[in-house]
Amino acid sequence: MKQMTCPLNGPRNISEFAYGGPVVAEPDPAACTDGEWTDSLFMDDNPAGRVREWWCHLPTATWFIAERDTVTDEILKTYPAAP
Amino acid sequence: MTDRLAAPAGLLIDRNKPVAFSFEGRDFTGFEGDTIASALTANSIRALSRSFKFHRPRGVLTMAGQDGNTLVHAGDSPDVLADRVRITPGLQVRALNTLGGLDRDLLGGLDRLARFLPAGFYYKAFFRPRPAWALWEPVLRRIAGLGRVGAPVSDTGCDKQYLHADVAVIGGGPAGLAAAAQAARAGAEVVLVDENPVLGGALTYRREASSDKAARAVEAADNVTVMTDTLCNGWFSDNWLALIRDRRMYKLRAKAVVVATGAIEQPAIFRNNDLPGIMLGGAAQRLIRHYGVRPGRRAVVLTANSEGYGVALDLGEAGVEVACVVDLREPAPDHEWAEAVHRRGIPVLAQAAVWAAESDRNRMRGVRAARVARITGRGTCGADVDRFACDLITMSCGYMPAAALACQAGARMVHDTEQPIYRVENLPDRMFLAGAVAGVYGSEAVVEDGRVAGHAAAADAGFRRRGRKPARRHEPESTGLCHPWPMFRHPKGKEFVDFDEDLQIKDIVGAVGEGYDHVELVKRFSTATMGPSQGRLSTLATVRIIAEATGADVAAVGVTTSRPPVIAESFAHLAGQRFEPVRLTPMHDRHRQAGAKMMVAGAWMRPAYYESETYESETQISAEARNVRDTVGLIDVSTLGGLEVRGPDAAEFLERMYTFAYAKQPVGRARYVLMCDRTGVIVDDGVACRLAEDWFYVTATSGGVDGVYRQMLWHNAQWRLGVDVTNVTAAYAGINIAGPKAREVLAPVCEDVDLAAAAFPYMGVREGRVGGFPARLLRVGFVGELGYEIHVPAPCGEALWDRLVEAGRGQGLRPFGVEAQRLLRLEKGHIIVGQDTDGLSHPIEADMAWAISRKKPYFVGGRAIAIRETKGLSRKLVGFEITDPAAPVPEECHLILRDSEITGRVTSVARSPVLGKVIGLAYVAPDQAEPGSVITIKVADGRRVPARVVEPPFYDPDGARQDM
Repeated sequence: MKQMTCPLNGPRNISEFAYGGPVVAEPDPAACTDGEWTDSLFMDDNPAGRVREWWCHLPTATWFIAERDTVTDEILKTYPAAP
Repeated sequence: MTDRLAAPAGLLIDRNKPVAFSFEGRDFTGFEGDTIASALTANSIRALSRSFKFHRPRGVLTMAGQDGNTLVHAGDSPDVLADRVRITPGLQVRALNTLGGLDRDLLGGLDRLARFLPAGFYYKAFFRPRPAWALWEPVLRRIAGLGRVGAPVSDTGCDKQYLHADVAVIGGGPAGLAAAAQAARAGAEVVLVDENPVLGGALTYRREASSDKAARAVEAADNVTVMTDTLCNGWFSDNWLALIRDRRMYKLRAKAVVVATGAIEQPAIFRNNDLPGIMLGGAAQRLIRHYGVRPGRRAVVLTANSEGYGVALDLGEAGVEVACVVDLREPAPDHEWAEAVHRRGIPVLAQAAVWAAESDRNRMRGVRAARVARITGRGTCGADVDRFACDLITMSCGYMPAAALACQAGARMVHDTEQPIYRVENLPDRMFLAGAVAGVYGSEAVVEDGRVAGHAAAADAGFRRRGRKPARRHEPESTGLCHPWPMFRHPKGKEFVDFDEDLQIKDIVGAVGEGYDHVELVKRFSTATMGPSQGRLSTLATVRIIAEATGADVAAVGVTTSRPPVIAESFAHLAGQRFEPVRLTPMHDRHRQAGAKMMVAGAWMRPAYYESETYESETQISAEARNVRDTVGLIDVSTLGGLEVRGPDAAEFLERMYTFAYAKQPVGRARYVLMCDRTGVIVDDGVACRLAEDWFYVTATSGGVDGVYRQMLWHNAQWRLGVDVTNVTAAYAGINIAGPKAREVLAPVCEDVDLAAAAFPYMGVREGRVGGFPARLLRVGFVGELGYEIHVPAPCGEALWDRLVEAGRGQGLRPFGVEAQRLLRLEKGHIIVGQDTDGLSHPIEADMAWAISRKKPYFVGGRAIAIRETKGLSRKLVGFEITDPAAPVPEECHLILRDSEITGRVTSVARSPVLGKVIGLAYVAPDQAEPGSVITIKVADGRRVPARVVEPPFYDPDGARQDM
C-alpha cells in the first residue's frame, strides 16, 4: 500500500486519505457564463505529469495540497494550503 | 517406511513422533515434521496426483513448494502443496484431477488423445456450431479446475496483523542471514522472513554446507525478528509486504527490503520428463537431508554443473545406486566432486543427454529407464542410445532467479547471453538483492553480497553511522551453472515445458505458428506460465522456444509480467476476520433493557422499535407513533451530527455553506439548514442554532455529518474565513421529547428554562439544566408535535434518559424508535436526505425552493441550481395518498407509470394510523405534480395502484401542534 505524508500527521497509509480534486480556482460566478461554470464543475484537465491536488487525511480531517506525478505515480511533495 | 534413511539425515523430522495419515484411502505413517510428499516418498509412493489436462500421474518435482505437480486435497483444503504442507494425525489426503481415484482414473486415457488436444484447442473445438458451447460447458467445467471446495465453509479463524521494520529481509539462506546480521549490526530493526521451518536455505540441504553458525548469530541478535514458515507472497507500493504464516496474514511495512530469495532450479526438457521419479537435483537433496528419505533405488543423474556431481555423491551416500551421470557439457569437470564421482567408479557420459524417459507399465510407479544419447547440436541428439534402468532421474541444469517480489516492485529480468543467466535490473529505491537472486553464487561471494545489501538497506533506513562498510573479496561464481539449451525435442513429443498445463514444445511452437509471436501473447493463447507454479519452472524454457521459433535472441523475447501472489493463497487469508465496528449511543443499554429491536443505521445501532409481547412489529410501530400524537414519546437522537461553528465569520460561513439566510438569524433561534454540493445536489440538512453572535451549533444527519464536516473544512481551506469548525457529534447525547404533554413532563426536571410558549417559542434555542445536567434545548419538530430536543454531554445521556422516563411515569410517556419517527415525519412531509433525494436531486425538484435564499451573492451549489432552473424540471417530488383501504400498499422504489412509460418512483410510503390512509412521497413527471392529479404505481406483484397527488404536509398542515 502506498504511503502519503500528511503535513500534520506524517507518513500514513494511503487508505487513510481521500482525494479532493485538482487545485483550481473557482471562476467568478458573477462574471462567467453558464458554460464556463459547468466546465469548472465537470471538466478536469487530467494532465500526464505533475499535478497539484487536494487530499484529506480522513481520521483528522486535515486538508492539504499534494503534488503528484501522474505518469510515475510518485508523490513529489505535500504541504498545507497557504495560510 | 521402507525408504526412510537413518539419522542424522532428516533435519526437519522427529523420529520419536510417528504420525498416521491416509492417502487415497490407504493408511500410512510418517514422522512429525514430514510433509505429505516426504512421508509418501518414504513409503515408496511415487505418484501423488494427476496433471490438469491429460491426467498424467505426477510426483515430487521441487520439494520446495514451487511446482503444481503435487497439489492435493488435504482435509478440508482443496489445493495444498504436498511438498510444503506437513502431515497431522488423521489427515486425509486425496489426489487431484482424477475421476475414480489416482490409480484407476477414468480419464487417465486422455493422454493418448494428446495429439488432438493442442494448446488452445478449446478456442476452436467447442464453438462450432455456435450452440455447441452450451452442451460442452457443463462437461468441461466438471473436468477442469483444481480440487473442489467443500460446503459448508467453516470459519477458518484467519486473521491479520500489522508489522513494521527498518529492514525486511526475505529469504533466510546464506545471503539473507548475512544481510540480516549486517543490518542489525548497523542498528536497524530487522524482520527476517523465510518460508522454510528452519533458517539456512540451501545451506540446509546442499552437499558440504552448514547453516548453524550463521543462523545462530542472527537468532541471537536482539533486533532481528525471525519469522520462519512464513511466505512473503507479495510486494506492494512503498515496501508493503504480504506475509502468510499459518492462519495469519501479516502486513509488513519496511523502510528498506533485501530480497534474498535465491534461485529456482530448472527442469530439463525431454520426452516423458514429467514421470514420477524425475525430479530436480535439489529436490533429491531436500528429501535426503530435510526428511531422511531415499528418493529412489537406482538413479540417473542429469547435470550441466558441478551441483549435479554433488547430487550423485549424496545419492550414493544415501544408498541409491547411481547408474550414471549424464553431463550435457563438453567434459570439463575439474571440480572436486566430479573427481570423487570418478573415484567411486560411477560412469560419466559427457556431452550427452537424457533424451527420453520410459514409464513403468504400472504408471503409478513412474520412470523405469532413461534413454541417453550423445548431443549433436543445440537441442538435438544422435541415434546412439544407451538405456539405463532406473526409478529416479535427477536434473541439475541451471537456475532462474526467484525474482517475483523484485519484479512485482518494477524490476526487470534481463538475459545475460554470456553466462547464460537472467539478471534482475531496474530495482526500485529502497530494495536490494542479495545472493543467487542477484546472480551471485559461490559460498563466500554470497555471504559478502548479503553483507553489502544489508549495509545498504540499513543505510537507506537511516542507519548510516555504525558498522564498517563490508567489502567484496571473492569473485562470484556464476559461470557454468546454467546450460544454455537443456531441451530436446522428440519426434513423439511429450517433452513437457509447463507441467501445470501439460504444454509440450510443439504447443509453444504452435502458438507462435498461430501468429502469437510475443511472449505475453504466447502466454495467453497457450496458457504457458499461467498455472499454479506461475512460470517459475517454465518461463525460461518457454522463452527459449519462442526465441528459436521466431528467430529472435533470447534477450529480445523478454519474460512475462510477475504479479502477486507468488504462491496461490486462500481467500480466507485475504478476508481475515469480520471487522464491522458499530457505534453505540450512551443510552444503548437502556434501549436493550426496554426490549428495543435494534437496527443498523449507518455506523450506528439504533432502536427500530420497542418489542412488546402483545403486538406485532407493525402494530408496535403504529402504537409508538400514536402515543407521540396523543400523549408524549421519547426518542434517542444522539446519533444526530453536531458541529460547532465559531468565530467572527461564523454567520458568513453558514451563508456560504447552506442555501438559507443566516446573517440576520437572532441569537436563541434555530433555522433549517440545507446543504448542496457544487453541482447543486442536496447532500445534507439539519438546523443551525445561534448560541451567540459568533457561535452556531449546527446539526447534521447521522450518516452525513462526517462528509459535511470534511466539506466545510475543504471550503474554508480556500475561503480562509475567521471561523473554527469542530465535529462534536460524539460529545453530545440527544433526546427528543415530543407530544402534546411534552412540556408537562419536562417542566419539573428543567430547572432554569422557562418553557412557556411565549418565553420559549417554536424554533427557539435555550441553554440551561435538565435533570441537573447542562443542556441545550432546541424547540424543533421533526415529528410535528410540541417537542424539545435536549442535547447534553454524552456521559450524562443515560442518566438524563432515566430522569425523563421517571418524570413521564404515569403520564403515558413511552420511548419510540426510528421506524415510528420515520412514519411521523412522513405525515409531516419532511424529507430524509438520501431516501427522498438521490445523487441528482436539487432543491427545486425536491420542492424546497422555500429553503433557498435568493438575496445572498453566493452559496455552494447556488450557481448550479440557477443553471438547472433555466433548463426546466425533469421530475418533481410530490406527496400522494391512497384512500382505498383494499389497495395493496406500495413500497419504496416502486415505479410510477404513465401507460408503459416510467415517470418516477416512490421514495417513502407508509400507512398512517392517524390519517387512516396510505401516504407517501414520490418523484413524478412535472405535469403529474399538480395536486389532484392521479398517478399509477406499479407494485411488486405487477398490479397497478392509483394514487392521488396531494400537497404535504399530510398531517396538521398549519403546524398548530408543534407551535403550541
